[in-house]
Amino acid sequence: MPVDVLIVDDSAAIRKILQRVLAQANLGVGKVYEAADGREAMDAVKQQPVGLILSDINMPNMDGLQFLAELRTHDQWKHVPVLMISTEGSQTKVMEAVQLGANGFVRKPFTPDQIKEKLAGIL
Amino acid sequence: MPQELDQGKIVAAIQHATGDVFSTMLSMEVTSLEPYRQPCKPEPANGVIGLIGLTGRWMGTGSIACTGELARKISGQLLMAEYASVDQEVLDAMGEITNMIIGNFKNAMEDEAGQLGMSIPMVVFGHNFMAGTSQSVDWVVVPFTCGGERLEVKAYLAPKPEHPARRRSIGGPEV
Repeated sequence: MPVDVLIVDDSAAIRKILQRVLAQANLGVGKVYEAADGREAMDAVKQQPVGLILSDINMPNMDGLQFLAELRTHDQWKHVPVLMISTEGSQTKVMEAVQLGANGFVRKPFTPDQIKEKLAGIL
Repeated sequence: MPQELDQGKIVAAIQHATGDVFSTMLSMEVTSLEPYRQPCKPEPANGVIGLIGLTGRWMGTGSIACTGELARKISGQLLMAEYASVDQEVLDAMGEITNMIIGNFKNAMEDEAGQLGMSIPMVVFGHNFMAGTSQSVDWVVVPFTCGGERLEVKAYLAPKPEHPARRRSIGGPEV
């Protein structure tokens, strides 16, 4: 069954690139939804159940770590896989993301293969 | 705490971050030219400038500047599209390129400067404008050539003042 995906990034350019990577990944991806920050992402998951989330960290209004923390407080989204994709490469931030329940971390800049490889491991 | 970070390390971090972003995300090559220090004195500029604020025990700004033409080329490579003018998509793409280059510069500088926070990128496009900061410190400028065009990546980091500047409310006591 295809997995619907939510991409969360304040950059429309990155959302477009990730859409393209998902389309080429051959990983059984269904519909792809987009959100520009954590707050929009919370609204999106309330409206559309998704089976995978790709999220940036540095975003206005609600950042990716705040979004992840909020997401994991709800039973229905506790186990939705979340891949963080960010320029924030410090060990502190990566550990923080993992402790909050991130399933993977990719540092920007990334190649399509790095994203596909992580997704293949998660899905 | 030293009053200045190692300039060689700043240059190397900018060169590595810029080269990495251009080769990984854009499949473009950049050639680094001679870096230099630039006094924080705004001068008239043209083209596209991306700016990101950095904050922590050290504070500063990272910036990327190029012509509108190079910005269109960079955005076209990133998004596999062609842009006839510097529009919203080009500004957004340049914001993300700024975010990745300055973000990776920041990561490299955290060994010396401690953990740094980063603002959301701001991108400006125009002619004959000036962009400056309130701090009178020198920028470290690393110029590059890319497909015959010039790109400048620059940054400064200064120690955060131990005591914030005193403010006086109108008619009130100094606080």
